[in-house]
Amino acid sequence: MSITLRVNGNTRTVDVDPSTPLLYILRNDLGLEGPRFGCGLGQCGACTVIINGAAVRSCVTPCSAVKGEITTLEGLSKDGALHPIQQAWIDEQVPQCGYCQNGQMLTAKVLLDRNPNPSDADIRKFMAGTLCRCMTYYRIQAAIRRAATAMKTADTASNEGVVA
Amino acid sequence: MTTFTTVPRQIEDALERCHGASRRDFLRTSGLLVVSFTAAALAPFEVEAAAQGAPGAGPYPLVDFRQLDSWIVIHEDSTATFYVGKTDGGQGTGTAFRQLMCDELDLAYDKSTLIMGRTDITVDQGGSGGSDALQVDAWPARRVAAEARRVLLELAAARFGVPAGELSVREGVITVSADPSKRVTYGELIGGRRFNVALTGQNIDATTGVAKLKPVQELKITGQRLHRYDIPAKVDGSLKWASGAKVPGMVHARNVRPPVAGATLVSIDESSVKGLPGFIRVVSRGNYVAVVCEREEQAIRAAQQLKVQWQKPATPPFPGSDNLYSYIRNATPTSSSKPDIVGNPDAAFAGAATVIESEYEHPFQGHTAIGPAHAMADPSNGQMTIWSNDMKSYGLRLGVAKFLDMPVDRVRVIWMEGPQLYGRTAADDAGFEAAFLAREIGRPVRVQWMRLEETAWDTKGPAYAFKLRGGLDAQGNVVALEYHGRAVDHNHLGYNEPDTVLIAQLMGIRPAAPATGGAVAPSEMYAVPNRRRVADVVSLPLVWESPLRTGNLRDPNGPQVHFASESFIDELAAAAKADPVAFRLKLLTAETRDDSAFRRARSIAALKAAAELYGWDPRPSPKPIGTGALLTGRGVAYCYRNQTIVVEIAEVEVNRETGHVWVKRLVCAHDCGLVVNPEGLERVLEGNMLYGLSRALHEEVRFDTEKVTSVDWTTHPTLTHLDAPAKIDIVLVNGDPDAKRPDLPHYGAGEAACRPTAAAVANAIFDATGVRLRRVPFRDARVLAALKAARV
Repeated sequence: MSITLRVNGNTRTVDVDPSTPLLYILRNDLGLEGPRFGCGLGQCGACTVIINGAAVRSCVTPCSAVKGEITTLEGLSKDGALHPIQQAWIDEQVPQCGYCQNGQMLTAKVLLDRNPNPSDADIRKFMAGTLCRCMTYYRIQAAIRRAATAMKTADTASNEGVVA
Repeated sequence: MTTFTTVPRQIEDALERCHGASRRDFLRTSGLLVVSFTAAALAPFEVEAAAQGAPGAGPYPLVDFRQLDSWIVIHEDSTATFYVGKTDGGQGTGTAFRQLMCDELDLAYDKSTLIMGRTDITVDQGGSGGSDALQVDAWPARRVAAEARRVLLELAAARFGVPAGELSVREGVITVSADPSKRVTYGELIGGRRFNVALTGQNIDATTGVAKLKPVQELKITGQRLHRYDIPAKVDGSLKWASGAKVPGMVHARNVRPPVAGATLVSIDESSVKGLPGFIRVVSRGNYVAVVCEREEQAIRAAQQLKVQWQKPATPPFPGSDNLYSYIRNATPTSSSKPDIVGNPDAAFAGAATVIESEYEHPFQGHTAIGPAHAMADPSNGQMTIWSNDMKSYGLRLGVAKFLDMPVDRVRVIWMEGPQLYGRTAADDAGFEAAFLAREIGRPVRVQWMRLEETAWDTKGPAYAFKLRGGLDAQGNVVALEYHGRAVDHNHLGYNEPDTVLIAQLMGIRPAAPATGGAVAPSEMYAVPNRRRVADVVSLPLVWESPLRTGNLRDPNGPQVHFASESFIDELAAAAKADPVAFRLKLLTAETRDDSAFRRARSIAALKAAAELYGWDPRPSPKPIGTGALLTGRGVAYCYRNQTIVVEIAEVEVNRETGHVWVKRLVCAHDCGLVVNPEGLERVLEGNMLYGLSRALHEEVRFDTEKVTSVDWTTHPTLTHLDAPAKIDIVLVNGDPDAKRPDLPHYGAGEAACRPTAAAVANAIFDATGVRLRRVPFRDARVLAALKAARV
């Protein structure tokens, strides 16, 4: 069956069984390996993508059920510039092995898009289902706070630009 | 001895083949990583080598470590590519190697590139393991870099007609000291050409030229907080992982495991999957079964749908996790260590004013990597190329060659990054499976384990039961200490052995005898006049084809043994009504006849540094029990691991109504000698302490009498964001008692920090509540039950 997906601003069509989880199409047909296989059960978050502003576990999402624009880790940067979350991840030197960090960053993006000024408790709660077996949680939380500050500063700067 | 062939070779082939178009796109767009990853301009001999045959055609002999060219290539633009036989599981090993090698070579860090662990183009340093990258393998890497610098200075001396001693070198540019207008770059001297310099050394660890290493004071890049070079590509999604390795014609496989441990395959009903889309074949041999399909999701479905009949074993393979510790205590050991006796413990116990005795218990814990095992193997041209995150890629090559009965130079392993290894990939089951299936099918095969399969069947850290006894004199001094540890570690898995990896076991292949396994004693520098230490190994009923097969789990045995020993030291301190830090300091400064003064002095320095950073106020534990719902306390633990010293202090909040434990603050004092990259080290310590915390609070392999029942993230919980401490403080200590010595060597740091965490937390819980937890993990229900039993 022909399935058409909108991914990172591009429209892609693949011929697959409609029950195929989105993860395998992204990785194996579209060459987008940001999302990773961790559990296939929707429990760990390594496969996370963003659809309609929500963090979605692509390993348990049939491709035929996807209606909106998909953003993967590869689509987070814009015009070659890293997203403030990605920059914060570098500044804080967050990853160890890095395998889960796709889910960490994309879940953090959804958090900050919804709540630009999260408390420490907000961060813990929102991120709780995204697992890291190198246990970089402490540094991820520091990076989220750093990114939140950077995004607010960027917003202020762009608003000032509009006023001027 | 290895034959020197065309080395280094096929680099461009490797980059093209591994990384494809997106690698090239990435190199165009990412300034930082162009420097970090590209092999820059290929040396002429590399191009020549690649042109000699079809790309990747083989054979793939090992690289001769006694040739300077095997380690370092200087390009025409004065950049350098380093080739080392280590792998990096995300602890910054590669960055540290570049720092040290650039320092010795006198090259700017950002002019270097490092290639790791690819068996056909990098020297065989065994990959990673044992936290030995900096402690052992960095030395030959430093020496060859120093030798390259020496040779370059000689070339410049010949060019300018002055002695090498009259030249200066800075960041890849050599000048005549007396006339700086006379200058030449490394690239001009040797760019793209071979050094053709032979090295010496009985083995790879001893590899050396004639150049001397720089004294520590002259190392300028070493010690800097440089960002790890691998992180940007992990953050922007451009890194190509072993899990994403693809070649044309590749197909997908999934394993079908016995539903019950020790089960025997009776029959396979292939018709149950034959009509499925993309189905290629069921492959089975002995009790090993896999399904191969064109697409990944097809293979997953076919493996789930395949009807297989299994025969349960005649007797139950396991005692069940609820009966584990009584089973361990009552089992007949398969092996025992020779008792390690100091002084006369029996007489000392007889004369002690107080004797206390405690038993501790620690469960099996799995690796449960965030990404299950995976590999891809290509059997083209009668060779076997395996793309793998095996931390010991060279061992995988050798093991697969033996397993498939292929000449070893027909096999190569291309190491790429993967989910945390921490011992799991020291015996890379998926690499063997992919290679076997690729040969059976005659096409490149990618295999990945599923979550339930991984959590059930990955290798486990051994379960332990302990008995400790200690004697105090009337003044509260420790006069006798006895340790008895017993580990379920019979038939501990070897490294990539063709007769012990899971696929081999399931096929019925067996070595002459099961591996003995090991149980160990605590590692600390306490001076106790009378000691007895004994350790036994016991076996579960099922020895082979077991999901409870033990293997090296990050800091093998360390967290188990030091949970018991450092908790017990705290029990002794409490019995002596002594402050836990002061009590340990006294044990470290006590009169002793051994020669451990250097290690003891460093242990003291680390303990003092941790106490100071924490703001430790001396008093005995427990403190007066509070009245509110949340009880707080602090606990300390110390250990020693192969020259590295760790002290951790945990501050906990225990909810007496729910039993929930939150470690709100962790403090770590760490002495691993010379620190190559403080920021990289601090990140490793943060993660590793929390890894120890996960094992202390959550992790336990559960099993009934026939199978593992903790198989996913619900049944096998792990630390989450909710558990992260509010604050982690780290102090990197140089506790060398010889103030005149410039700095210690670089010791290991990848594993030690998870070792004392469980004890520090248990000791803090005791401080807060007066309740001693003697069994890991400290899940809410267990803590609550202990609090209720003690009427806290």
